[in-house]
Amino acid sequence: MPEPDQVAPVAIRARRRTLGVPGKLAVGWLLLVVIAALLAPVLPLDDPNDPVGSIARQGPGTDGHVLGGDGLGRDLFSRLVWGARASLLLSVSAVILGIVIGGFLGLVAGYFRGRFDTLFVGLFDVLLSFPQLILALTLVTVLATGEGVSSTRRMVVLVFALGVVSIPVLGRIARANTLTWSQREFVLAARAMGARHRSIMFGEVLPNVLPAMFSIALLGIAVVIVAEGGLSLLGVGVRLPTPSWGNIIAEGRSELRDAPHVVLAPTVAIFLTVLALNYLGDVVRSRLDVRESAL
Amino acid sequence: MIGRREHVTRAPDELRPYSRRLLEVDDLATHFTTPRGKVRAVDGVSFALERGRTLGLVGESGSGKSVLSRSIMGLLPGNVERQGSVAFEDHRLDQMGPAELRSFWGTQIAMVFQDPMTSLNPVMRIGRQITEPLRFHLGMDRREAEKMALALLASVNIPEPGRRLRQYPHELSGGMRQRVVIAIALACGPKLLFADEPTTALDVTVQSQILDLLRTQQRERDMAMVLVTHDLGVVAGHTDEVAVMYAGQIVEQAPTRTLFASMRMPYTAALLQSIPRLANASHTRLDVIAGRPPDLLDPPRGCRFAPRCPYAQDRCREEPPPLQEADEPGHVYRCWFPVGTERGQEALERNLAAPVPQGVDG
Repeated sequence: MPEPDQVAPVAIRARRRTLGVPGKLAVGWLLLVVIAALLAPVLPLDDPNDPVGSIARQGPGTDGHVLGGDGLGRDLFSRLVWGARASLLLSVSAVILGIVIGGFLGLVAGYFRGRFDTLFVGLFDVLLSFPQLILALTLVTVLATGEGVSSTRRMVVLVFALGVVSIPVLGRIARANTLTWSQREFVLAARAMGARHRSIMFGEVLPNVLPAMFSIALLGIAVVIVAEGGLSLLGVGVRLPTPSWGNIIAEGRSELRDAPHVVLAPTVAIFLTVLALNYLGDVVRSRLDVRESAL
Repeated sequence: MIGRREHVTRAPDELRPYSRRLLEVDDLATHFTTPRGKVRAVDGVSFALERGRTLGLVGESGSGKSVLSRSIMGLLPGNVERQGSVAFEDHRLDQMGPAELRSFWGTQIAMVFQDPMTSLNPVMRIGRQITEPLRFHLGMDRREAEKMALALLASVNIPEPGRRLRQYPHELSGGMRQRVVIAIALACGPKLLFADEPTTALDVTVQSQILDLLRTQQRERDMAMVLVTHDLGVVAGHTDEVAVMYAGQIVEQAPTRTLFASMRMPYTAALLQSIPRLANASHTRLDVIAGRPPDLLDPPRGCRFAPRCPYAQDRCREEPPPLQEADEPGHVYRCWFPVGTERGQEALERNLAAPVPQGVDG
């Protein structure tokens, strides 16, 4: 039977798929950072913790060291790449913690409303009102400082300390989106077909809520990268000598006058990464709005 | 008003073979608790439906027709009080818990919603939306379910069903989407289908295709259907019986032919008049029903239509008319001065002769 009103929406979609030059640059930079971080052990890099006296405090290009050496003469480029590994691992894990816990609580609150909503929204408010740096400082000091503490344990505590704040942020986004999506008729339709609440929540509502959470998660990763820098300056960041962008800056701080490139390189890396994440977060969000209004 | 029982006088049960009766709703009332008070969205509705038959449920927005179909299924939000009984075959739906009701939804009773744009999940492929209930309720494995989904899509006249299974809802037109919604509702072979304004959101050209499709499917499957609509034109060709709802009550019910041939209720007549006719000259003023439906927080004391009724007399404003039987079998109505009778004619003439225009509420 012929249908008079079949329209192929291909043209519209094709236009929306393009990212634009800034978007491509952002994706390119992030890919570069992620690949470098993942491949750090196999890349032909100098040992990031091996001091070579001759390049201490020497600027970029000295003796074939692309970015020169830091205060102790360790290869700065190598430390930057290994630092990306620590910084990304920390920030992505912290945000995943927020996505999983915050997403779950937000989904339950928004779907069932009533008591769950009151309880979880209250919990989010409490979590949001913790001063993040003080909380992280306290947790790291109490749980992961001292001689016998492994750097893995330090990392786990940091992930938790920084992730706690992303729980309410992502939880609220999940809740707000769940509230609107679960009013949609397809949820009622799924119920009318006899589906269970659990499968409606995770099967029908969650896939619609995830894109919004994803855009906030990108911003969240940026926030955590910066926060890790702050913690490093306070001396409770990723455990030395393991490099992270934050503690490279923290170490280079004292020699800012003699060797500004030590602070500059990780700062630029953080700047570009945060900028790219924020930009892509906005792209994802605006893409989302378009899709919702086009429905 | 709550709990008042108004029995519809029906033919004695032994005249209808029991096995044919599928759904029996008795004195169903649904009240929403709101900050302003109790909203009586459905207020004492009784009717019965046999297997394979279609009941049209007609009324304007806010008359309670959608709430009625959801009350029967038990698909209601939390702030709701429901009274009365709903019997489906030998089961009392009104006394079931959520888990038991869920076992009826989809397999015994299904629903088609108004807007196919919103009643399909935008991020899920058509195929998964159809196969999910098949796998969940009928325990089919993936391949069986996919084969069944193909057959279902073909049976609702969707071209290239194989390709559609892999598409997302936004890639389909409105009419196609509604066909998909119908295919999903029919997937587990329900005995009763609620179609809640299934064509309201569609192009006029597609509307009759969808209605015809529902009709054929229903005949082939011996499935009963409740067709909820605000459009008397829709029920005319597609139902066996029509119940007209106003302010939460059934105000007239009759076999479709009888209703259109000899309607008794002024509201039904007014609804029919408000359908624009092609034969009219262009720019003819549309006949509208003056005023608005009553506030369901505090419905009028007498007949609920009285404030807008051209036939209304003092008695109508004081005393609520009961459902009474007309001459034809199965025809009931709720009116003191019915259309097409001497009493009604007199009432209308009296109102027309009165100096103040009647029928407009405040």
